Amino acid sequence: MDDWAALGYLLAAVLFILGLKRLSRPRTAVRGNQYGAAGMLVAVLVTLTDNSIIGFEWVVGGLILGTVVGALLAVKVQMTAMPELVALFNGFGGGASVLVAAASYTQAVDLSIETSRLSSSAALASLIGAVAFTGSLVAFAKLREALHWSGFRGITLLSALGVAAALVFAVLMVVDSENALWLWLLVGVGAVVGLLVVAPIGGADMPVVIALLNSLSGMAAVAAGFVLDNSLLIIAGSLVGASGLILTQIMCVAMNRTLPAVMFSPAPVGDGAEADDVYAGRVRSTSPDDVAMLLESAERVAIVPGYGLAVAQAQHAVRDLTRRLTDRGTEVVFGIHPVAGRMPGHMNVLLAEAEVSYERLVEMDDINPTFEQTDVTIVIGANDVVNPVARTDPSSPIAGMPILDVDKSDVVVVIKRSLSPGFAGISNPLFAADNSLMLFGDGREAVVDITKSLQHL
Amino acid sequence: MELLIAATLLVLAVFLGVELITKVPPTLHTPLMSGSNAVSGITIVGALLAAGADHSTFTAVLGFVAVTMAMINVVGGFLVTHRMLHMFGPRRRRAAADQSGTDGEDL
Repeated sequence: MDDWAALGYLLAAVLFILGLKRLSRPRTAVRGNQYGAAGMLVAVLVTLTDNSIIGFEWVVGGLILGTVVGALLAVKVQMTAMPELVALFNGFGGGASVLVAAASYTQAVDLSIETSRLSSSAALASLIGAVAFTGSLVAFAKLREALHWSGFRGITLLSALGVAAALVFAVLMVVDSENALWLWLLVGVGAVVGLLVVAPIGGADMPVVIALLNSLSGMAAVAAGFVLDNSLLIIAGSLVGASGLILTQIMCVAMNRTLPAVMFSPAPVGDGAEADDVYAGRVRSTSPDDVAMLLESAERVAIVPGYGLAVAQAQHAVRDLTRRLTDRGTEVVFGIHPVAGRMPGHMNVLLAEAEVSYERLVEMDDINPTFEQTDVTIVIGANDVVNPVARTDPSSPIAGMPILDVDKSDVVVVIKRSLSPGFAGISNPLFAADNSLMLFGDGREAVVDITKSLQHL
Repeated sequence: MELLIAATLLVLAVFLGVELITKVPPTLHTPLMSGSNAVSGITIVGALLAAGADHSTFTAVLGFVAVTMAMINVVGGFLVTHRMLHMFGPRRRRAAADQSGTDGEDL
């Protein structure tokens, strides 16, 4: 690599760093993303001038095909489907790193120029990339609800055996570099491990997995950087790896669970047997008209969305209700739990799509002290993240999980299809609390009805 | 590049990444994820080298598939992040307000 190319890669790295820096504020974030894209363009252009690129037919073909497919997916996707699209893209990134490592290793073996450093980093890139590839595809399928398989007893043991086998193949790759067979066995085992590890994880644990897979695809790029001896891959991959790890940690803290617990022990699930004791005779249901009357006299209203908001596509209806209320002079805020939805920040994106200003979206720690001064809190499609049991019952599966203290507001209206339990499988005493009203039905229709009633008051 | 220098780059970049990412507010976590995801498509560099190396048809095909996958990751990732971030920005709300004829007040 000549000095000009090295300088070009340095420029690309600087653009990635500046881009991430600008992603930290909504006002500069669009520009930040453009910096990142510019960095990538510089990296591609510099690489295309590399002397070792002799034939261009495969290069150009791949560039065109990838651009068309990527652009189509990005333009067509609905905002509610964002988690699965991110998972899919992530899988492609991981898969590309596997193939890059495989191609470099195969070339080196053919020419007998492989070194133990090249072999070991190719092994690492293949393993991490393969896990990220199949893991992301499984996450994609689960998020699309196309896959309901959640594994079998002893699946963790099988994954552990898979990792052990992968390590053996990795050693064989370094020791016996006569042919590339070990590499492909390693890729195969890694692919199976990715499948086995992600399959049992679902529902509310999804944000953790997506963040972790994101990190893995970055680490695979780092390993590919060691294979190619390329500083830009190492720097950019490390940035992504760090980003994914931090998000993983934030999500784990927000659920009061450790990463190993999320990965290797199925979520502690209640059996819902106590439902009759909790709910019997105490649940009061209400109507859109009554909720509208409550809202009419309210000065401060908090809306707490959960995954159900995304399922019901209720974000635009919520926006209309918010607009109606603020026109009347009512203060409206949104309380966002860090793990509401299926990926970090999922609710924020949906509400932004519906043009709800991000200034109205309040983080859990900031909104919790204000619930006591809130007249009406509307919970839409959220359950476990507003379950007061997390505070009160140390034996509960969600004990200690930070929750939104909606039960402290004067009145809580819960919009939900039924009393069925959330992901944790436990009853929610909030639904039977003295200050709670249940509005049973589809989230979007219920909010539309409330808004209509409010109009006629 | 010496192994030690490569390792130095790795460690420094991880620290830099941690510093940068902890400053991103939760409201931007989804775009952060899809944007950083697009950056992980940097493996495109290796994919281009493999596809153009003219070593054997087998490695060229591996490279071709790698270029395609990495390019989906890169183009799709940056585009979809742009779409999302556009919704967070002030510009879109103004445009939408113009269309609907309202006073453009932020919700």
